[in-house]
Amino acid sequence: MRDFASRHPGWTIIILLAVAIFIWLIFAVWPKELVDVIGRKKVFLNAVFNGITLGGLYFLVASGFTLIFGLMRNVNLAHGSLYLLGGYIGYFVASSTGYWLLAFPVAFVLVAIVGILMQIFIFRRMEGQDLRQTLVTIGISIVMADLMLWGVGGDFYNISPPSWLSGPMETLFVTGVKRSSGELIYLKYPVVRVVIFLASVVIGVAMWMILNRTQIGMMIRAGVDDRDMLSATGARIQLVFVGVFAFGAGLAGIAGVVGGTFQSVAPGEDIRFLLASLVVVIVGGMGSITGAALGALLIGLAEQFGSVYFPTYAVVLTFLIMVLVLAFRPQGLMGRS
Amino acid sequence: MALVETNPRPKVHDARQRVWFERIPASYWIVCIALLIMPAFASEFTLYQVFGWSFILGMISLSLMFLGGYGGMVSLVQMSVAGLAGYMVAIFGDSAITDISLGWPWYIAIPLALIVAMVFGTIVGSLAVRTEGIYTIMITLAVAAAFFYFTRQNYVVFNGFSGFNGVLPPNLFGVDWRQSIPFYYLTLFWAAVSYFVVLYISRAPFGLALQGVRDNPRRMAALGYSVNAHRIAAYAFAALIAGTGGILLTWQSAQISPGTAGIGPAIDILVIAVIGGMSRPIGPFIGAFIYVLLKTFAIDILLSVGLSGERFQLLIGLGFLAIVFFSPDGLLGLWDRWQEYRKRDPLLDRSEDRL
Repeated sequence: MRDFASRHPGWTIIILLAVAIFIWLIFAVWPKELVDVIGRKKVFLNAVFNGITLGGLYFLVASGFTLIFGLMRNVNLAHGSLYLLGGYIGYFVASSTGYWLLAFPVAFVLVAIVGILMQIFIFRRMEGQDLRQTLVTIGISIVMADLMLWGVGGDFYNISPPSWLSGPMETLFVTGVKRSSGELIYLKYPVVRVVIFLASVVIGVAMWMILNRTQIGMMIRAGVDDRDMLSATGARIQLVFVGVFAFGAGLAGIAGVVGGTFQSVAPGEDIRFLLASLVVVIVGGMGSITGAALGALLIGLAEQFGSVYFPTYAVVLTFLIMVLVLAFRPQGLMGRS
Repeated sequence: MALVETNPRPKVHDARQRVWFERIPASYWIVCIALLIMPAFASEFTLYQVFGWSFILGMISLSLMFLGGYGGMVSLVQMSVAGLAGYMVAIFGDSAITDISLGWPWYIAIPLALIVAMVFGTIVGSLAVRTEGIYTIMITLAVAAAFFYFTRQNYVVFNGFSGFNGVLPPNLFGVDWRQSIPFYYLTLFWAAVSYFVVLYISRAPFGLALQGVRDNPRRMAALGYSVNAHRIAAYAFAALIAGTGGILLTWQSAQISPGTAGIGPAIDILVIAVIGGMSRPIGPFIGAFIYVLLKTFAIDILLSVGLSGERFQLLIGLGFLAIVFFSPDGLLGLWDRWQEYRKRDPLLDRSEDRL
């Protein structure tokens, strides 16, 4: 951080200024002129919150993707299918047992098992052949998408959160002032989204801690830097590979449950989330967890602001960000060149 | 030194002594004649739907094969380039959407469409070459998705979800080119042209330099070649082939919509190239032929084994997985290995040629 500030003082000032304006926009009571220009503050705040929570969901999907890529150089284009599988599993577990929370561990474990099988039976056989692995994942995603369509059908499924999580909650953010009494109006926001966002933050922090503070994390980081050297030192690299693949796949499964609660599970969502995680890791930088978090936040916000303020080209905005990042910083915001 | 073995069979004649048609291998003659007399015994449906479509998909796939096989850049954006060319023909030329279509004559609309497609391909290429290897797949996939969403959302130029219909080929030489036999020859002609152009370029200095860049970019840079310029030029040339294929594709179905260049079709193009094999330009055409056969007759195959016809994607996906798994260089690779195996001397356990 300090390095960045001393190397790019201009950029630092611009970024700090943008952040300051953003914070002011969130906390201040908007003057009337501003409302006239960009609309009501409630819309803006909702876009911010939806963007941040969507970013949390994107982070869950993309962090597994980036972890697998960083360690094994495997662009797992079947990651979206794992997400969708997790969503379906979550839906059936939640609706048959009635326990929403139970959906998470079950989806995590089952999808992680699928990931383990994929790693052991498919990717281990073609280690080091990046392109071939990628092609295989494309094949797997085609097959999985059709199998799921066959098994579950093309309906939309919505995972409903339990009663203690449904409904709105009062937040500390002012949306406006009541004209009659001068009282402040506070933003109401769905509890479940806040809880899920906090959970994804916890998962993200835990991942960062494991990667940076434990021995397993040390091995994974060493593997990202130099796979051959790590295996030469006697680390059981195949075990690390399987573990990371299982964890990444399991995260995608959990993200599926979250996505099913936020929105819905349906055919086609696999490609949507695959693309989202692709863009997130391209923007954030390959193989970097902090990059995935930053990218997910950016893309989530861009998507929500896009759909509120210029609805026709919301999707194009996210790709525009990607193109800009590629043009000026091809390795991604947090990636190492 | 009589012990040194010399090759006693000077089988290869000096190529310059032979007449030009002797230098063309027999297999070319057979395929060429078979394709030319095909309309004599194939049904209209086969000509238009199976062969016409195979040639078109083969051309679009050929552009991917050119980038992937000779340049080492697997680009998923070729279908979008093709789609853009189709859109441009509909916009500059005639279509049923008269509010948007400008109705310019074909000799302006078609070159303009190809130029726009080439510019688009070049821009995407110059973005994609900033990254390498598998990153290219991701970035081009993302661009293809952006193109799909953009065309679906944009109503001013691309007419949104429904796209354009009634896009017909010009009535050149008084022939209705959408009749099955003229369309067959039209697609055959352009497929053959692009095939031979790719074959020629692969042996021309530019193609050789491109293959050098694929194999060792650092060495080529050290030799004074501009690595990125070669790659971007390859994208531009591939866009030209894909654009031609895209225009033919638009004429074939007389319409173009975002779904034509969606994410599914973009991946199908890659599937076709991989099934056929990316080592030689004939691969994509073989792949496209198999793909079209499967797509056309999958329902019958699936029904005969007791599955519903909707499981076409499963069949394609499994076939693709099997090919990638057992023969990464596609059917061409299988063929090459079989040839190798046939030539193998069982006693020496090596190929006879390499003495």
